[in-house]
Amino acid sequence: MSGGWRGVAEVDAAEEADEARPARPGGGSGQLLRQLLVPHKRALQVLVLVVLVENAARLSIPYLVKEGIDTGIPPIQQRDDLRPLVLIVCLVLGATLLQAVARNRFLVRQGAIGQDVLLTVRSRVFRHFQALSPAFHDDYTTGRVISRQTSDVDAIYEMLETGFDGLVTAALTLVGTAGILLFLDLELGLVALLCGPFLAWLTNWFRKASAQSYRVTREKVALVIVHFVESMGGIRAVQAFRREARNQEIFDDVNDQYRAANLVAFRLVAWFMPGIRLIGNVTIAVVLLYGGYRAYNGDVTVGVLAAFLLYLRQFFEPMMEISQFYNTFQSASAALDKLAGVLEVEPGVPEPRHPVELQRVQGELRFDHVRFAYEEGRPVLPDLGLTVPAGQTIALVGTTGAGKTTLAKLATRFYDPSGGRVLLDGVDMRDIRSDALRSAVVMVTQENYLFSGTIADNIRFGRPDATMADVVRATTALGAHDFITAMPSGYETDVANQGGRLSAGQRQLVAFARAFLADPAVLILDEATSSLDIPSERLVQRALRTVLAGRTALIIAHRLSTVEIADRVLVMEHGRIVEDGTPAELVAAGPGHFSDLHRAWLESLA
Amino acid sequence: MSSSSASTPATPDVPDPDSQPPAGVHSLWRLRGYLRPHVPALALMLTAALGGVALAIGIPLVTKALIDGPIARHESDGILPLGLLALALGVLEAVLIWLRRWVQSNAVLGVETAMRHDLYERLQQLPMSFHSRWQSGQLLSRATTDLSAIRRFSGFGMLFLVINIVQVTATTIVLLRMFWPLGLVVAAAAVPIVWLSMRFEKQYVVVSRRVQDEQGDLATLSEEGAVGIRVIKSFGRGAHMSEQYERAARTVHGTSMAKVRLSARFWTFLEVIPNLAVVVVLLLGAIGVGRGYLTPGELVAFITLMLSLVWPVASLGVILAMAQEAMTAAARILEIFDTVPAIRGGERFIEHPRGHVRFEHVDFAFPDAPDEPVLRDVNLDLTPGETVAVVGATGSGKTILTALVPRLWDVTGGRVTIDGVDVRDLDLPHLRSLVATAFEDPTLFSMSARENLTLGRVDATEEEIAAALEVSQAQFVHDLPWGLDTRIGEQGLSLSGGQRQRLALARAVIARPQVLVLDDTLSALDVHTEKLVEEALRRVLADTTGLVVAHRASTVLLADRVALLQGGTITHVGSHRELLTTVPAYKELLAAEVEDDLDLVPAGVEA
Repeated sequence: MSGGWRGVAEVDAAEEADEARPARPGGGSGQLLRQLLVPHKRALQVLVLVVLVENAARLSIPYLVKEGIDTGIPPIQQRDDLRPLVLIVCLVLGATLLQAVARNRFLVRQGAIGQDVLLTVRSRVFRHFQALSPAFHDDYTTGRVISRQTSDVDAIYEMLETGFDGLVTAALTLVGTAGILLFLDLELGLVALLCGPFLAWLTNWFRKASAQSYRVTREKVALVIVHFVESMGGIRAVQAFRREARNQEIFDDVNDQYRAANLVAFRLVAWFMPGIRLIGNVTIAVVLLYGGYRAYNGDVTVGVLAAFLLYLRQFFEPMMEISQFYNTFQSASAALDKLAGVLEVEPGVPEPRHPVELQRVQGELRFDHVRFAYEEGRPVLPDLGLTVPAGQTIALVGTTGAGKTTLAKLATRFYDPSGGRVLLDGVDMRDIRSDALRSAVVMVTQENYLFSGTIADNIRFGRPDATMADVVRATTALGAHDFITAMPSGYETDVANQGGRLSAGQRQLVAFARAFLADPAVLILDEATSSLDIPSERLVQRALRTVLAGRTALIIAHRLSTVEIADRVLVMEHGRIVEDGTPAELVAAGPGHFSDLHRAWLESLA
Repeated sequence: MSSSSASTPATPDVPDPDSQPPAGVHSLWRLRGYLRPHVPALALMLTAALGGVALAIGIPLVTKALIDGPIARHESDGILPLGLLALALGVLEAVLIWLRRWVQSNAVLGVETAMRHDLYERLQQLPMSFHSRWQSGQLLSRATTDLSAIRRFSGFGMLFLVINIVQVTATTIVLLRMFWPLGLVVAAAAVPIVWLSMRFEKQYVVVSRRVQDEQGDLATLSEEGAVGIRVIKSFGRGAHMSEQYERAARTVHGTSMAKVRLSARFWTFLEVIPNLAVVVVLLLGAIGVGRGYLTPGELVAFITLMLSLVWPVASLGVILAMAQEAMTAAARILEIFDTVPAIRGGERFIEHPRGHVRFEHVDFAFPDAPDEPVLRDVNLDLTPGETVAVVGATGSGKTILTALVPRLWDVTGGRVTIDGVDVRDLDLPHLRSLVATAFEDPTLFSMSARENLTLGRVDATEEEIAAALEVSQAQFVHDLPWGLDTRIGEQGLSLSGGQRQRLALARAVIARPQVLVLDDTLSALDVHTEKLVEEALRRVLADTTGLVVAHRASTVLLADRVALLQGGTITHVGSHRELLTTVPAYKELLAAEVEDDLDLVPAGVEA
């Protein structure tokens, strides 16, 4: 079973490349990282200094041990003179303490830089997502938005916290040790460094192989996660349709693919780690042999031989760890790429450069030769002209895909038109600052998302300074006051916990209250009553009559019951307005879209 | 009244997803069964690792022999054999590491994969009462994070716990025997390290959990910012949300810095203590060599050996933290393994099902609110082939009523029967093959359209699929880029609410059930499409028992009879027209507003 169940999808390649892309050298990742680190330039310079001191102190210890053996012992043997030894031991003690202090400062400073960068990235990414248009969010899906802000940010931190340290220490150790070995004894040092090419070859092989295996593993784990989350999220359908066995079959398949991918990754490490150890041990043995002969000949001292052995241990240890943080670099690099990609996206509806200040918003909406297309060459609105006088209530009807929702999204500036202008009180919406526009135009959709917090918080969402009396006035007008006070904690009921039992209709009423309290000049309702049952809908209708008074309103509905409160009905088809008039006029006008719909509606009531 | 296995679960024990289950060594011990198939591998790993320890001690001893023997005594003939011995031991050590890792990778992944299999299997068995409280994200972190914590411990942690203790003990003994005063210094140095590790681990767990919780809050805010983006945009509250997020991010920053400082202190001490021991050993050792108590070779071997102890001792803290993590993870997994599916199938089969559904004195309350019954004393009889519509206000329990038939939930009183058999006595897959539901908010999986459609009957033929698509007016599937093979759902092509509902309906029709439940399935369709679907549905419902939840008069007209659900019980049953004329509450629910000032509706249309 090779995944026929998954089906074919166009986005496949692109999406998988995005979610499990190997590091792209010189891509957006490097640039973003530089950008993030620039403000910490000074701190980084200090960090480099600290790390140099620390490594110097660390590397000096075996050398001092050698000195202790070679120059500390003979005076004791010869004349019981402890002073040279004590002096050297004091130096070792000093080096040890210096290393400790430097190490501590390094860890704290490194952590501070990492955390600061993390805070910057988080805030910046969150703000950027908030600035991006709903059109972007439609395509990008919430799952990806969230993983950008969680797992990707974590991956970057992981790198800053452990990877950096590991890499810097490994590099300094390699260079420093090599230098000291050559200094201690050129010949023996050169012999020891013969291991270099082998190490380079092995590390290079591992780097390439693990990049490949990392990518495969990410792909496989993504499959496991998607299948797992979807079958748990849709468990009702799974159980109702006895899907368990087939699901188990699919899950076992992806689970096993993941296992196989992991096995490859583990086995790479199983080769790499002992490989490094083998090179290290062979080097030690060679040094021991060759050094032994040289010591035997008196060319090197026992202390030098001891120092060599100690240094070689230090030399290979960080190499083993490279395999640990190599994956860290991989995922951080991929994460940086993805974040850089997101941050590069310009908001689809930019803020005006020279905003026009609106005085009191009257609420006149005008569409001036508006053209709009989601995809090039497939216009949804070919050329729309419409003027809605301030205070008028408009009902938009028409079949699915006629362009009603698009019109609403243009009126709220969720999108900008591809041609023509949308004007509020005669001002092009692109010239109005977004917060001014948002307080003037509010849309309520079927999607009645409630935020964590109390019911009152949610109603106040658009006007945080509203008093409790304002809140109650809004809910009372909508007939929502009674059910809210009947909840265990009334207006203080937590939406996330006890509020879990709010029905779709009740949530919608809260969403309505939220919109009414915000008191916009223009209110847009996109299918906003369709999830209400008839009594609630009737309640909302009745409330709408009072609430819409003095406001411009655009109501989109596929049920005609909503239409009755409208001053004017627009029937849309293929992005054009085909009928326009008061409800009574259109019914009276005889055969037409509206009168047909109206007749069908009347029949459905019978 | 019902079989014992399916007897009414008074309070099905659904664990609380937000509480931490008590964890301990026993949690891990209970999962030992997963290691059983890998016992030979584990034995091999342990042997290889112990061999590695012996070699780690052996190589410095060879060095010592070399320094004290051939070099000190100026005998060149001893150098080659000792050097070759060091080489051989070194190669052997690498081979042993390779062997351990090679065997280990297979075994630990086997353990993890098996646990994930079992977890998934159990989760699929657990009923809605469980899943309605546990979100898929919470379950996912068990299937991924927790399982890898256990894998890490069972593969690396457990082994190294044993190995490190063995290595530390063995090396200390060797050191003590070599020159006991220095040996004592080394042994003494180990004490503060172990003590520090344990103390650190405790503090670290506390601070880590706080960071984790705060990161969880932050993730929730990310989620709200993403899911609620349209509302946020609508009200222009982006800046407010960003500030809120930043505040939370700052809190995480503060706690994380505390964590950074804590671990910086720990790691510093961890390196300082062995280095201080080196200072002491060097001082005393050099004096010892000077005065002849110790050979130079012994001193070198001594220092090498004691440096080789740093990692095993220091990592004890990390391993203990790993063990703690694994115990918590094991407890979290066991919590799910221990949840007994409250809904288990019976053994009976109906050989010639006719689809006669009866609700007899049915009561229902949610397990977390047993005192607030949603349904009480519901009685309803659906004769074979009949279609009954259930009408009631929002929140009146209509959906739950329909969910009782395929046992997505179980009654808390009374019983539901099909052809006279209590549904709780029926084999569960059999029962669910008799009943199919088209849900209002249909779940589409990220799979091919075909896979989504044939959810209830994998072996449906092309003709059956085509016929079902026609009934549900979902022929648009044929026009998708790859037809039935097009991937839909979150990871594939996105469909409109109406399209999804029509697929859900087709899915239910393909299952060819005796009882078809339509839970407000047509709510997102426009009037025109709804009409076409209803005409086709009438044919399907002609010989199928139908239970239809309806909000609109148009849907009610599919039914032969209507049941009115009020205050948790069925108050009236009759035809649509009967109820419309005789029951004001019914008219209130289904008749659209007809007000006197409305000139749109000609007089007399309401009845």
